[in-house]
Amino acid sequence: MNALIETTGLTRVLPAAVPVTLVHDITLTIGEGEFVAITGPSGSGKSSLLYLLGLLDRPTAGTLTISGRDTAGLSERERAEIRLATLGFVFQFHFLLPEFTVRENVEIPMRRLGRLGTAAMRERSTELLTVLGLADHLDKRPDQLSGGQRQRVAVARSLANDPPLILADEPTGSLDSKNSEQVFAILDALVRERGKTVIAVTHDIDMAARASRRVHLVDGRQAEA
Amino acid sequence: MRLILALALTHIRGRGRQTLVAIIGVALGVGFSIAMAALMQGGEDDFVARLVDTMPHVDITDEYRTARRQPAQDAFAAARIAGLRPKDDRRGILNPTEATAMLRAWVPGRLALSLKTQGVVRYAGRDVGIAIIGIEPQAEMKVSSLAKDFRQGSFTSLIAGGNNIVVGDRLAQRLGAKLGTTVTVVSSTGQSRAFKIVGLFHTGTTARDEGEGYVLLKSAQILSERPNAINEIRLKLDDPAAAPQVARRAEAQIGYKAVAWQEANESLLEALVIRNVIMYTVVGAILLVAGFGIFNIISTITHEKARDIAILKSLGFTETDMRRLFLLEGLALGAGGSLIGWAVGFSLCFALSLVRFELSGASVAQEITRLPLAWSIWHYLIAAGFALVSAGVAGYLPARQAARLHPVDIIRGAT
Repeated sequence: MNALIETTGLTRVLPAAVPVTLVHDITLTIGEGEFVAITGPSGSGKSSLLYLLGLLDRPTAGTLTISGRDTAGLSERERAEIRLATLGFVFQFHFLLPEFTVRENVEIPMRRLGRLGTAAMRERSTELLTVLGLADHLDKRPDQLSGGQRQRVAVARSLANDPPLILADEPTGSLDSKNSEQVFAILDALVRERGKTVIAVTHDIDMAARASRRVHLVDGRQAEA
Repeated sequence: MRLILALALTHIRGRGRQTLVAIIGVALGVGFSIAMAALMQGGEDDFVARLVDTMPHVDITDEYRTARRQPAQDAFAAARIAGLRPKDDRRGILNPTEATAMLRAWVPGRLALSLKTQGVVRYAGRDVGIAIIGIEPQAEMKVSSLAKDFRQGSFTSLIAGGNNIVVGDRLAQRLGAKLGTTVTVVSSTGQSRAFKIVGLFHTGTTARDEGEGYVLLKSAQILSERPNAINEIRLKLDDPAAAPQVARRAEAQIGYKAVAWQEANESLLEALVIRNVIMYTVVGAILLVAGFGIFNIISTITHEKARDIAILKSLGFTETDMRRLFLLEGLALGAGGSLIGWAVGFSLCFALSLVRFELSGASVAQEITRLPLAWSIWHYLIAAGFALVSAGVAGYLPARQAARLHPVDIIRGAT
């Protein structure tokens, strides 16, 4: 099992009159094909850690290596490239672009990457959305879908460029139990059937229990669950 | 890049009404500035055309630019001259036949000789001082714009010979004379002759309509007691713009002062430059206001689309992409506005060109005039170029702000 993510002493401090430590001294190694649940009470720094891992934020101290590549000295542009090709995000809210259809939303990351032709992108978006049970909604706009459907579109979008790593920030946080179960099952299947790595922030105890591994945070520090 | 453009257009389309307002703002700015430029340029062209039309392009008179040099100044390196009483110059252009022959050889255009002298017209006990201009009617008709301004009679009426005179209608009015009236003309030398009025002209310039009388060159020479003399050669060139060069060469060749119309009207032409500066300032201000409209909509979109920016950045779009996105939105609005603005400008110009208005030329006549308009592709290109630049700037500032947005701040804010 290869290490996909390695951190040593990862720390994020918000500069203020009284500096706030969001994440403190996290050392982690996450390998391919793991389903990692980051748990902890509200304000414990779960999301902050996820944003650090997802290169949406820069650490104050410590190192972060993704796929063997040290991210410390990377430019904003290089970080964006990694987000585009290596990472897929799913947030608590679907964060789809409201003016675009379901299919267009899924195709936007592909078009940005520009590896596939128009026909191939169309084929891939259809396939992804079909697998997620959205074959009938390809040309609808996000506001015509239910919450669970939107979240599944967001999952499809995160998979658009076939990244090895999916980062999910409370992916089921705004869904009812039935839809939560469905989204969780999809993420679980990604790990088991496609060998993806999923790192999910959650305070759903049930979901955390079913993950292959748990990282528990209290006040930004790693703690025993 | 095509993806960014698609995103930009979708954003713009998503804000129908605001987009419409911004585009209309730009379109009105572009349209009005085109119409304004057409009017101002048209006015200027019309003014210059009139100027060029009424004046000789090059006016050669019997004067020198510098005072006569005394022979002693030429003979010695240094000469002190005191109590100088210069001898009387023989007035007029000496040897006119040779001078005109020399000019005719190369001047691209036509020329007319004349003798201008001062005199008084006397009729029914009224005296009016005028400039008496002796002309050769055939040549004069080809050079002077007066030929078109005749109310009654024409220069050709002079050809018949005899003591005939052509005067302005206002002069006739002041004297109480009509066509066919015989008036007395007294010259500065004291010569007095009776002249019959055979033509009346109206130029619209009071100084001329009231103060000029045209007679045959011969008659003028007799009145001023200067047989064979002329004191003015007027040139009408094929290309008015060449006047300064022609004037320089003519002056070098025959020695007399030759003034091009540009030189004679220097202050007027300078005033036109100032007018142009004012025009472009006004036009620029209009477009600047339109630019603010664009700035407004782009920054509104930026604020409203903060979430989209965060999403796009988390998906792997760079800051450069975001800057381009909003810059493109500004440019798209500017381009759309410019296109509609061209149509607006064209329609405005067309509408203005249909306007006819009546200028009452005092009590004399009613002159119906159209607005002078200049049609130039440059007005359209400059207006659109300026609109695009201001749209670009208006888009760039919010774009820079948008690009700097930190996705985490927005994602956190949303939860």
